[in-house]
Amino acid sequence: MFGNMTGKDWLLFIGFTIVVLTAPIWLTPLGAAYPALMQKFCIFAIFAIGFNILFGLTGYLSFGHAAFLGVGSYAGVWMFKLFSMNVVISTVFALICSGLFALVIGYISLRRSGIYFSILTLAFAQMMYNVAYSVLTPITNGETGLQLSLSDPRHLDRALGVSESIGLPRTSFFGIDISGGGMPGFYFCAVLLIICFFLSIRIFRSPFGMMLRAIKSNQMRMKYTGFNPKPYLLAAFVISGLYAGLAGALMVATDPLAGAERMQWTASGEVVLMTILGGVGTLVGPVIGATLIKYFENIFSAFNENALNVTFSFLPADIRELIVELASLFVGEGWFLTLGLVFMIVVIFLPGGIMEGVGRIKALFSRKKTQDDAAQGSVVAAE
Amino acid sequence: MSKLNLSRRGLLKAGAATGVALGAPLHFVKGAYAQDQMSCNMPTGSDVVFGFNVPQSGPYADEGADELRAYQMAVEILNGEGDASAISSFSGASNLKGNGVLGKKVTYVTGDTQTKSDAARASAQKMIEDGGAIMITGGSSSGVAIAVQSLCQERGVIFMAALTHSNDTTGKDKKRYGFRHFFNAYMSGEALGSVLAEEYGKERTAYHLTADYTWGWTQEESIKNATEKQGWKTAQAVRTPLGAGDFSQYITPVLNSGADVLILNHYGKDMVNSLTQAVQFGLREKQVNGKDFQVVVPLFSELMAQGAGSAIKGILGTANWDWKLDNAGTKAFTQAFGKKYGQPPSQAAQTAFAQTILYADACERAGTFYAPEVIAALEGYEHDGLGNGPTLYRADDHQCFKDVLVVQGKDDPKDKFDLLEIRKIVARDQVTYDPSIFGGDLGPADAKQC
Repeated sequence: MFGNMTGKDWLLFIGFTIVVLTAPIWLTPLGAAYPALMQKFCIFAIFAIGFNILFGLTGYLSFGHAAFLGVGSYAGVWMFKLFSMNVVISTVFALICSGLFALVIGYISLRRSGIYFSILTLAFAQMMYNVAYSVLTPITNGETGLQLSLSDPRHLDRALGVSESIGLPRTSFFGIDISGGGMPGFYFCAVLLIICFFLSIRIFRSPFGMMLRAIKSNQMRMKYTGFNPKPYLLAAFVISGLYAGLAGALMVATDPLAGAERMQWTASGEVVLMTILGGVGTLVGPVIGATLIKYFENIFSAFNENALNVTFSFLPADIRELIVELASLFVGEGWFLTLGLVFMIVVIFLPGGIMEGVGRIKALFSRKKTQDDAAQGSVVAAE
Repeated sequence: MSKLNLSRRGLLKAGAATGVALGAPLHFVKGAYAQDQMSCNMPTGSDVVFGFNVPQSGPYADEGADELRAYQMAVEILNGEGDASAISSFSGASNLKGNGVLGKKVTYVTGDTQTKSDAARASAQKMIEDGGAIMITGGSSSGVAIAVQSLCQERGVIFMAALTHSNDTTGKDKKRYGFRHFFNAYMSGEALGSVLAEEYGKERTAYHLTADYTWGWTQEESIKNATEKQGWKTAQAVRTPLGAGDFSQYITPVLNSGADVLILNHYGKDMVNSLTQAVQFGLREKQVNGKDFQVVVPLFSELMAQGAGSAIKGILGTANWDWKLDNAGTKAFTQAFGKKYGQPPSQAAQTAFAQTILYADACERAGTFYAPEVIAALEGYEHDGLGNGPTLYRADDHQCFKDVLVVQGKDDPKDKFDLLEIRKIVARDQVTYDPSIFGGDLGPADAKQC
């Protein structure tokens, strides 16, 4: 069954699993080992992996993927409110909803390709954002965001007699608290990320993945050889919509509030940035991109002038003031400037993203090695 | 092949087991801290951490910046490093000895809410989990305040709301762990209604432009009720998105609607934009139904008046507090703030300052940081001397009750801090209401571990 996964793929998968599960340990020195941020890493990694299945394999750039994230979130919270605080139920329902939305939006948008496709998806996402923000307020609660309340029916939990704590209940995985900022929330997201990553490897290595790549390289040629690319494209679109829906469901599982902002075009743009920064069409690239962007967002945006003053306190006052003045442009609310610069540098010098950089370094070492080998060989020959 | 599969499976199993093994100790470590009388993030060292969660970008960024100034000043005073004269007339001043809170030095973490619920919650989560904040305060939007308040309730961290004016914050969405010093839309309506009727007569038709979120909705409702009680009619109420920037498309239909008063339920930069544009469109020179057209901004502040410039002249509205108030608390605070920052404080700064001082005072009175006891110390607390006159923290809904100001844009201001004039001080009794009218449930005060 796993015939088309090579030993290298398994190694990558096992390495990935270990890195993800040990995140609380190796993130500690980086100041990022608290559950809320680590959950974000996992959630946005899933989002980016899913986006990469569409963009990386078929080359279709969707600018509206945040819409599915939002659909997943709203669907999840409604399940918490109506049926049960169990995250399995909410996640399954979120997947169904986001899948259906992806099917409809994909069916319409995929009638066009290139920039027209991008604009269509953007239009759909913006439409859904506006609907969530101000039209469907009974369902989405508008700007305030959809929240749990004490008076929610939670029919299933009540019927099954799940013991209720006083106050707002927490989301749970069969009794283990997922929301509330504990480590179980992180491990829940991490396990799903690992599963998603595994599926992504499988898709990349499958004949289906090959078809998607064929669409990217030359759709016309594919048609001439007797394949209809449409069903493959739609399948890829729905799969990547499902990934986004899962990310949305996890967002509300770890923090049960769904706001319309997560459907805004900036959120859709962010996942494009993540994927490109990490490396389009690579397996690990999107995960690295998502982690980096979320890390920068949290670390840089929390820096303020006070913190800078403390950091540079060893310098004389005048120089310090100048440096703090300059540096404060890039931290706090100005962290987008930092992100923009990093992104420009990556796109200009490493069009393939960080993964291309990794590849180049690898190549550098292996070339050196072969040269060394060659040199040694010649020496041996001379003797 | 099958042999290989087995070893792979073994590896997978080993991987999963490693994960569980790594997770397990963390679980026990968490439990080890659990003792009696511990609530979330109770300080164990010599420092106690406050979380200041304010908008540093977005339509309410100016208010956020001023709040942050007030927070820093409050922290310095609590630590005995600042000018303690600012709280000299506070009725609980003797509790605050300038040695931190309960002998622990106050430090703080800050975050940017971006005036978005999602971002604000993420920032508050970071403060609780990474920063170890025992109390979170801030917010310049009711949507944000409600979202953060419910997070705080869930985590067992006290939330001292700053700038939030929606009825929902201490109404239908009230929480045991959330406290609000600022007044609300209902009080604005009660205070403004009679003044509007005196000033503009009882035969008026109002047109509402409303910021499309919880605060706008409740303010629109409260003002509508208050003005209709005075005999006014309401022509139409139109919702505008938060941070719209350009309001011209919403202002043009106003003149053809038959209304003779425009009520702008906007705040911050939104209000600056909508008011300026309304004035530029010449609304205030128009005559409708044989009366001068009027514009009303139910909630406004000195910062917004600065942004709106001359457009603010003659406009009526309400405020929680103003630095020109004639009482000892106001004078002391304004002087200390002015000395430190070279400008008078806005009402956002005042409420932020008061909330921090009130929290510290409650901890001192409770003799502990244990959240349920601090909550009990705040509930029903009657105090004075922070600038608002005698003030009650009502236990039923955690809303502060105090006098409300009706203010008007000055015709000939001396400088950019002298833009508002206090028209009337509406007494606390007149704006007090029955807590049951908004529904909601405070929920339990049980301590949470985190």
